[in-house]
Amino acid sequence: MISSIFSQLFQTLLIVVLAPLLLGWVNQCRAWLQNKRGAGVLQPYRVLHKLFHKDAVLADNASSLFRTAPYIQFACMVLVASIVPMVATDLPFAAAADVIALVGLFALARLFAALAAMDIGTAFGSMGARREMLVASLAEPALLMILFTPALIAHSTSLTTIVEALAHREFVLYPSLAFAAVAFAMVALAENARIPVDNPATHLELTMIHEAMILEYSARHLALIEWASAIKLSNYSAIGIALFLPWGIASAGDWNAVPLALAVLFVKLLLGGAGLALLETLSAKLRIFRAPEFLGTAFLLAVLGMLMLEL
Amino acid sequence: MRIEDFDLALSPLPGAAPVWHGDVDAAAWRQVCQQVHDKGGRLVALWGSDRRELRRGFVVHAALVIRSGLVWLTLSADHEAYPGIDDIFPVASRMQRALGDLLGIYPHNPQDARPWLRHSAWPADQYPLRKDFDGSTVHPATAQDYPFVTVEGDGVHEIAVGPVHAGTIEPGHFRFSVIGEKILRLEPRLGYTHKGVEKLFEAMTLESGARLAGRISGDSTVAYAWAYAMAAESAVDRTPPERALWLRALLLERERLANHLGDLGALGNDAGLAFGLAQFSCLKEDLLRSNAALFGHRYLMDSIVPGGVISDLDESGGARLMAELDVLDQAVSRLHNIYDDHAGLQDRFIGAGRVAPELAVGLGLCGLAGRASAQAWDLRAQFPAVPYDRLDVQMATHRNGDVAARVTVRFDEVNEAIRLCRLILKGLPSGAIFTALPKAPDNAIGVGWVEGWRGEVFVALETGADNRIRRLHPHDPSWQNWPLIEHAVMGNIVPDFPLINKSFNLSYSGHDL
Repeated sequence: MISSIFSQLFQTLLIVVLAPLLLGWVNQCRAWLQNKRGAGVLQPYRVLHKLFHKDAVLADNASSLFRTAPYIQFACMVLVASIVPMVATDLPFAAAADVIALVGLFALARLFAALAAMDIGTAFGSMGARREMLVASLAEPALLMILFTPALIAHSTSLTTIVEALAHREFVLYPSLAFAAVAFAMVALAENARIPVDNPATHLELTMIHEAMILEYSARHLALIEWASAIKLSNYSAIGIALFLPWGIASAGDWNAVPLALAVLFVKLLLGGAGLALLETLSAKLRIFRAPEFLGTAFLLAVLGMLMLEL
Repeated sequence: MRIEDFDLALSPLPGAAPVWHGDVDAAAWRQVCQQVHDKGGRLVALWGSDRRELRRGFVVHAALVIRSGLVWLTLSADHEAYPGIDDIFPVASRMQRALGDLLGIYPHNPQDARPWLRHSAWPADQYPLRKDFDGSTVHPATAQDYPFVTVEGDGVHEIAVGPVHAGTIEPGHFRFSVIGEKILRLEPRLGYTHKGVEKLFEAMTLESGARLAGRISGDSTVAYAWAYAMAAESAVDRTPPERALWLRALLLERERLANHLGDLGALGNDAGLAFGLAQFSCLKEDLLRSNAALFGHRYLMDSIVPGGVISDLDESGGARLMAELDVLDQAVSRLHNIYDDHAGLQDRFIGAGRVAPELAVGLGLCGLAGRASAQAWDLRAQFPAVPYDRLDVQMATHRNGDVAARVTVRFDEVNEAIRLCRLILKGLPSGAIFTALPKAPDNAIGVGWVEGWRGEVFVALETGADNRIRRLHPHDPSWQNWPLIEHAVMGNIVPDFPLINKSFNLSYSGHDL
């Protein structure tokens, strides 16, 4: 029991603390791919440090919703982090929430982000919020469909059970998982406001989706949102790895396997981050009304994967 | 239409630009404008001057382009009013509004009587370009209610953007009326960078004005400096040494290269392809460093002065530029292929911000954006001054008028500019690079007219006593093209506006003066 709680705390903290590092690595790779020197992998930590030490500026007409939304978003992402198995499948919290609750947590965070964006009544806030909802309304069903494929294989909607089942069975090729994996990558790009759906590096306010929603935030509020975004990226990476590349993860109670599992995870994230940067460098941003086609394709792939499982 | 077709007393001006000047009465003023418009000519600029000290009251000027060249008409604005021409040339509307703000003379029946360049820096009953205006008084800024045109309807709302933007760019306010993401109407409000440039010129001599002319719009400093020098040389009727003219053309083409390279990178970046920005920025930076090393300034400011140029190019400098052009040529053609083959990029470019040729001709679109909408105007090809008359400039045009067309024209013009630079470096005549200009005669006029990278830059000069400038009007092609952006974005979606705007890349500073 004690070891389970320790495992739980360790994994949650790992994601929360190291999430900015993954973001820094992706940004560093992007800089390298553009022949730039880059700001270093620690830059997101410096940004967070800077933001936490600034005085917050709030719009005069901001309600308490605007002030509390960053905390809710951050809490949601930490909760997700505590139910996704990264290093070991020994997660007591995970029993409290299955993959459907997981999608719900993401949705809750987004709901508050959109409400807060509209709260102060600027044109950009509501513009970003409605675009975010457009993307979300298509990404969420696709994400559910994707998660159902491994859930059907493992006969459970609990993430730890799914991972346990996928990682420790005889080697079987599941074409449906390949479909689900491609669909998951597409949804993950959209959900994390990455190119080709959104551009995290843009300064053009009229093209923004996620950034437009948070334009009015400053200091600790902005820091929490940025940190939550970084954790979200790590969460998505963790879910992707757990579902589609689970090999090397430590089983419950197997403490000897943890160092190897950590090293394997590190390598997977390193490669995943570099792959994301490569993809972003090679792609242009989609015209916003192409995003439904993009996410529609993801949904189609996810459904195909599930159908194939039944054949 | 040719100059012989007019039933007017027009006298040719000396100088490099083919210009005829004539005083007209109110009837002929509108008649000539109508004639030029009907025969496919364009309005280049409309401005006015205070000639009360010459006992001529206020006058209003128009510069029109026809097949023979430029016609400069001057009309006395009796009782501070004149017949407007915005019904003939829609592009005249904002110029007439600016004229009212700055000089206090108004058209009889304006289609739009709102102020344009005056925000609240000076009171509505004072006019900066009048000779009796006291520029040293600071007026308290007052809130100004500017009535934007509103769009009514179910679900229609407004998005107000700027003048302060999220990026470090020039200030301008854009008022979008949208339904969902679709733009129904865009109305820009400019004038935030009004600095009183025209008033400043009135305190300067022909020599000292050159530095200010080079700072009207930083990205076109060579074009403005050359146009200014051309106007001054025309006023004193002197031609600079041939080598100076060839060097000026080299500088102008290098300015064109630098801006096109920067824009091509920025267009890629605005479509989310940061790779393009990184690559083109490298090429532009190499060009700018060579500029600094060989001509003393990265953006070539103050390289051109009335009478010639200030820095010569030696053998080794020429060889260096030649070698760099080879590298640039290869790099650009590789990047051109990448841009052409990139499906995501082309999907953003093609069809976005389309200005159909019919609309372009009706509203007088000019310059680079005009050529992308089948408006074949390029001074270097049509009215080639030395050395362009020896270089056989090939005009780049396109019919589609969308962002993709403006990108293609930029690529074509980069290739052409590389070819021209090579020809100039090979054919550079020997000799002096500067000739001192004599003192300008009192009350002389002169015109400069240069094809900058954005379009035609026009400078009209009137001299006063003692080699002083009495009135100088610089005109940026952005005046013509800003109104077209409003049409280009109609029916497009809001997130495509930055890309469309960038594909025009118009000047705020050159427009606001």
